[in-house]
Amino acid sequence: MNRKFITFSRILRTGTLNFFRNAWLSIAAVAVMIITLTIVLFSVITNAAFSNTVANITAKIDISVFLNDSAPQDRVNQLIANLHTLPNVQQVTYLSKDQALDQYKQQNAGNTQLLDAINQTDNPIPATIIVKPIDLNKIQDIENSINQQKYKPLIGQVSYNGDRKVAIDKIAHATDIVKRAGIVAVIVFAIISVLIIFNTIQMAIFNRRDELTIMRLLGASTWYIRGPFVVEAILYGIIAALVSVLLIHTLFVASSSALQATSLGLLDINYASTYFHSRFWELLTLQLTLGILIGAVSSVVATRRYLKFKTSK
Amino acid sequence: MILLDRVTKTYGKVATPSLDRISLHVEPKEFVIVVGQSGAGKTTLLRLLTREEKPTSGKIIVGGIDYDKLRDREIPLLRRKIGVVFQDFKLLPNRTVFENVAFALEIVGASSHEIHATVPKVLDIVNLRGKEKRMPAELSGGERQRVAIARAIVRQPKILIADEPTGNLDPKHAWDVIKVLEKINHYGTTVLLTTHNQEIVNKLKRRVVTIQHGQIVSDRAGAEYSI
Repeated sequence: MNRKFITFSRILRTGTLNFFRNAWLSIAAVAVMIITLTIVLFSVITNAAFSNTVANITAKIDISVFLNDSAPQDRVNQLIANLHTLPNVQQVTYLSKDQALDQYKQQNAGNTQLLDAINQTDNPIPATIIVKPIDLNKIQDIENSINQQKYKPLIGQVSYNGDRKVAIDKIAHATDIVKRAGIVAVIVFAIISVLIIFNTIQMAIFNRRDELTIMRLLGASTWYIRGPFVVEAILYGIIAALVSVLLIHTLFVASSSALQATSLGLLDINYASTYFHSRFWELLTLQLTLGILIGAVSSVVATRRYLKFKTSK
Repeated sequence: MILLDRVTKTYGKVATPSLDRISLHVEPKEFVIVVGQSGAGKTTLLRLLTREEKPTSGKIIVGGIDYDKLRDREIPLLRRKIGVVFQDFKLLPNRTVFENVAFALEIVGASSHEIHATVPKVLDIVNLRGKEKRMPAELSGGERQRVAIARAIVRQPKILIADEPTGNLDPKHAWDVIKVLEKINHYGTTVLLTTHNQEIVNKLKRRVVTIQHGQIVSDRAGAEYSI
């Protein structure tokens, strides 16, 4: 057999063996990694759920521009074309007086008295342009464009106005904070877990520094000594990643059956659960990558100082 | 085999060096005993030979390797050529007796077949047959010492360095260990032994190098202990 292959398989075997021989140390390290990786996974899912909630809210908000009956069609088309060119506009829908009336009737289908009253008069509903913004925080651009002097004669009223305007601005501000906070939380949790895991592995290796120096004295090469520690740390990472995914899975299964509610405050549990289960493999891969990478890098860094040769004379 | 030329080692900024211009020449297959009181510089001398420390000045050549030209990544290769028995054994605590001895062979990439053929023979030499599966913590001091010796000789090194290998042993076991060293020397390994034990030195009647305050004060063949 090839010597390199023998060495490689010995490194794998020793690493696995050490994992079981240092059972308590392994359990402690894995437990810490499980907790931190679970928090990271939970924050990723929560963030996705918040983003979804924000997107749902944003989708419901639009600006309706009610046109005067006297507005000439070519000028109206000009306004529509102009709105299309704005970067923050997702969609522009034009409803003629008849279409607007049909929609109004549909919306109030149950209210026969109101429908009767409307049927007896001339169509009182104005033609309407509905503008859907992309970013609620930049709704000002759209407002400015509509409020230009040259369009004044065309427009009767704009829905983004008064109390409605205040409410939309508040929602815009709140969703913005939620989005940013979500991203910041994910990053902060990720950094904290990297530090905690690094520290845990460093302590596990510190506990066995004598072993490292002994191997060094016997003439073992750097990777022959380091390899098993890296294998051990990778095992921690794999186990912790699998358990963290299992924990989150259990959490959602348990919460969806135990809680009758579909959401907790802003957190839409239903969506979070769907997101987790539809992205299961991606999230599992993310956790495994995170666990393995942090484990491997930490053990390489942590063993380095015990493997240095004395250079001072 | 071992050549030291005016080797000085000073730790930190201490005024008196641990070793002061030591010159020593050991021929192949020689058995040399280094004696001296605690703190005389015996251990420092051995640590220089295993390249745990670098000399402050002077030249060291062991088995044809000039330590000045030795690069860091070649240090493991040097250490594989020297068998060392440490004063404090330095056994791997999480490995069995068999695995501790086998480790010395594993790091040079020996096959499992070689390991399973060689290790039992060496354990026979040090009288540890039947204790292969014990952990170091389950062994007596003398047994641990013998594991350390088995590990040092299993690669059949050209040079064996033993630092106070009898220090923690009762006279009977101490003498067993010395007999093992003599046997190895008889098969052609150069042995460098440090000891406190007057009786052993007197019985062995080998070359004795005496170190005092970091200097060699006497170097005589077939000598007796005299400090």
